[in-house]
Amino acid sequence: MSEIRYIKAVNQALADAMEADPTVFLIGEDIGAAGGSFKATRGLLDRFGPGRVYDSPISEAAITGMAVGAALTGMRPVVEIMFMDFTTLSMDMLVNQAAKARSMFGGQGSVPMVLRTPHGGGLNAGPQHSQCLEAWFAHVPGLKVVCPSGPADAYGLLRAAIDDPDPVIVVENKALYAMKGDLPDAPRDRERIEIGKGRIVRAGRDATVVAYGAAVAMAQTAAAILADDGIEVEVIDLRSVQPWDEALVLESLTRTHNLVIAHEAVEAFGVGAEIAARMADIGFDELDGPILRVGAPFAPSPFGKTLEDAYRPNADRIVAAIRRTLA
Amino acid sequence: MTRDELARLYRQMLTIRRAEERLQKLFADGLVPGFLHLSIGQEAVPVGVSSALTDRDTVSSNHRGHGHTLAKGVDLEGFFAEILGRATGLCKGRGGSMHVADLGKGMLGANGIVGAGLPITTGSALALKMQGEGHVAVVYFGDGALAEGVLHECLNIAALWQLPILFVCENNGWSEFSPTERQLATSLDKLAGAFAIRYAVVDGNRVAEVATAAGDLVAAMRKTPAPAVLECATTRIRGHFEGDRQEYRDSAEIAALAERDPIRLCAQDITQAGGSAKMLAEIAEAVAAEIDAAAEAALGAPLPRAGDILADVYTTTTRAGG
Repeated sequence: MSEIRYIKAVNQALADAMEADPTVFLIGEDIGAAGGSFKATRGLLDRFGPGRVYDSPISEAAITGMAVGAALTGMRPVVEIMFMDFTTLSMDMLVNQAAKARSMFGGQGSVPMVLRTPHGGGLNAGPQHSQCLEAWFAHVPGLKVVCPSGPADAYGLLRAAIDDPDPVIVVENKALYAMKGDLPDAPRDRERIEIGKGRIVRAGRDATVVAYGAAVAMAQTAAAILADDGIEVEVIDLRSVQPWDEALVLESLTRTHNLVIAHEAVEAFGVGAEIAARMADIGFDELDGPILRVGAPFAPSPFGKTLEDAYRPNADRIVAAIRRTLA
Repeated sequence: MTRDELARLYRQMLTIRRAEERLQKLFADGLVPGFLHLSIGQEAVPVGVSSALTDRDTVSSNHRGHGHTLAKGVDLEGFFAEILGRATGLCKGRGGSMHVADLGKGMLGANGIVGAGLPITTGSALALKMQGEGHVAVVYFGDGALAEGVLHECLNIAALWQLPILFVCENNGWSEFSPTERQLATSLDKLAGAFAIRYAVVDGNRVAEVATAAGDLVAAMRKTPAPAVLECATTRIRGHFEGDRQEYRDSAEIAALAERDPIRLCAQDITQAGGSAKMLAEIAEAVAAEIDAAAEAALGAPLPRAGDILADVYTTTTRAGG
């Protein structure tokens, strides 16, 4: 085992996938010579050469669409979109093309492409470099969306995404890039993580908090705070937003009877709303309190430090939500 | 071009023409669901271009894609069945006229979004270049797509990376209901020149001209991967879609279209090359029989089962949804 940072786990997953499969290639802005804005692809141009790592012009629509075309022509492209906010420029290619090709063509083929992109605040990057837009993609049939909460997941989910025959959006949280965790030294010991399965990261009997990405650590902090008051909170890391592990959430709810969903994205019309709606349906008889959501307020992600601090969800807000549903 | 070469291309053009005329009738009879955009008058472009291609070369198309699809060699019955929304269609009745695809034939799909085939084909060309077997990618688009941003992105990348892609512009002078001069402040030759991309322009209603130009451009890019632009001046005889009465078009322009009908021009060329009226009649008869058989079979094919809605949304069986 070695302790590595989240960003290095991403890099390792890309390198291992490229080593294992010659059809895997990378395309993105400044990912080659510069090694990527956040250095996720550092060293890969030197190692695999310009025929596998394509430094593209600033043309998000074209490079995303090129990934669709390359995937339909036998390759496994991995696109980097430098900030999730910039996926707005890739939308036709993701929503109308990548997502629909398999179904629209009657199952003739598939689009085995991956789009990696960082979301999230905490860097005072402002309204166009901080958004969490994963709910948009989760709303589109044909796309899959994963959101790793730490280094081992960043590795395992990205490897699974590259192996997957369908288009997968891998949403990394840029505030987590420096986070440290363990990854096995031998490539064969580094595990993939099945898309669609969540994980209980802390067991508890009084309430369930479902989170993904950066909100997982916040939920764990909240659980630790409440443990001092004798409230045992179960924390589920969803890992995968589309498909999401409905069975795991329901099973947890049947034990805790209270549910809070936490994410960094805007609360309204978000992933939490979908989970709440499903549990209000299939888990109705299990509920002892209202299902509550913790997310960002309905405003663009602000730049100034005091504003951004107030905007982002945190452990205290999750604690307050749990106390409210238990009250 | 010899008489027999011309006759082969003529037969393909006539197949497209008769297939679309049949669709036009079926649409009028209420048997074609949805929208129908016919390429009647533009048949020489895909037939000429496809004469330079194999199944391993890829093409992608647009909303007016029947000709591109048939010229790539897809099954005629599957084509009709798809547009009629039948379970036996090339896409199991999930795509329809604007989304006919046959990946086994290198046909990466018609497309309902103007210009969307451009990045897809550019990526296909990158894949083909990486695979290094000398195959090429072809994208068909209309003059209306010249105003889309992705065209400029793709010309730039294709030139920077020297990708084996043939950009085929079918310039019929109309962007839906608007004349091209209201859509574009420049011209395609200037755009190609700006990116130092090889450019050729042909009379897109003369199939031999299209075939010769496409053959030269494709042969060159098979040897040394590089992009090229082929602009084909052509004619849209029907409206933007079936049901469009074309009141925005000048009657003199419409009256002049018959003179430039690519099928009529090809028939004249065949006659000049020594072909007989009997030869043309035999081709017409054979094509009519093929169309009848394919259309009849498609009309008799089952409709998709409502229970199949969720099939093929994903390859894997992992449950996704809401």
